[in-house]
Amino acid sequence: MMKVLFFASYREQLNCNELMLSADEQPATLSELRKQLSEKGDDWREVMEDGRTLVAVNQAMTRRDAELKDGDEVAFFPPVTGG
Amino acid sequence: MTTTVHLSVQTDDFDPALEQARLSDNAAVGGVVTFTGLVRDNNLDDHVSGLYLEHYPGMTESALQTIIDEASERWSLYAVSVIHRVGQLHPTDRIVFVGTASAHRQDAFAACDFIMDYLKTRAPFWKKETTPEGDRWIEERQSDKDAAQRWQG
Repeated sequence: MMKVLFFASYREQLNCNELMLSADEQPATLSELRKQLSEKGDDWREVMEDGRTLVAVNQAMTRRDAELKDGDEVAFFPPVTGG
Repeated sequence: MTTTVHLSVQTDDFDPALEQARLSDNAAVGGVVTFTGLVRDNNLDDHVSGLYLEHYPGMTESALQTIIDEASERWSLYAVSVIHRVGQLHPTDRIVFVGTASAHRQDAFAACDFIMDYLKTRAPFWKKETTPEGDRWIEERQSDKDAAQRWQG
């Protein structure tokens, strides 16, 4: 299984905070995951193609296309605004 | 140098005086710098009556620890304290605390400034404010990105 999380405005826009992908749905890379999620609809494509979208794999931010494996936790979120 | 770290993400309020005492509890410390962030009652010309803080449990703590580790490598610090509140807050509430202790003030000032700048751009917290027009997520500010950028290179 692969866990995909969404936070803040993206969670609301997609009406989804968590997706579980089974073994046969799991993409091999982050860019494949983005493409797969974009196909779920206009809102999803908007989030996936937004140049400001941040991604963390297993709770570490990544800026590159990453390889994904079973058990990974991938999170998509908008720019952070803490403090 | 071993840096003593106190890190907490919590819904409860905190006591800046207690943190000040914690940071000062070492005879080698010559300077303590602290920053306390408060919830304002206005933003972008609108009245703000509430602020909701969302975070990414698990990643938040590790992101803050990474920021503290980087500050400890750059400057000589005896102690660092970072507290960030989450959940529903209101104007005048304390929201964030960063404190640094060092032998000389320059290290403490720079490290405190650095931690706040990186916290605002790299730690997974999001603010949603309540205004007369409804609730809205706060957008990132270019000035925050620029502030973090100045520590690079």
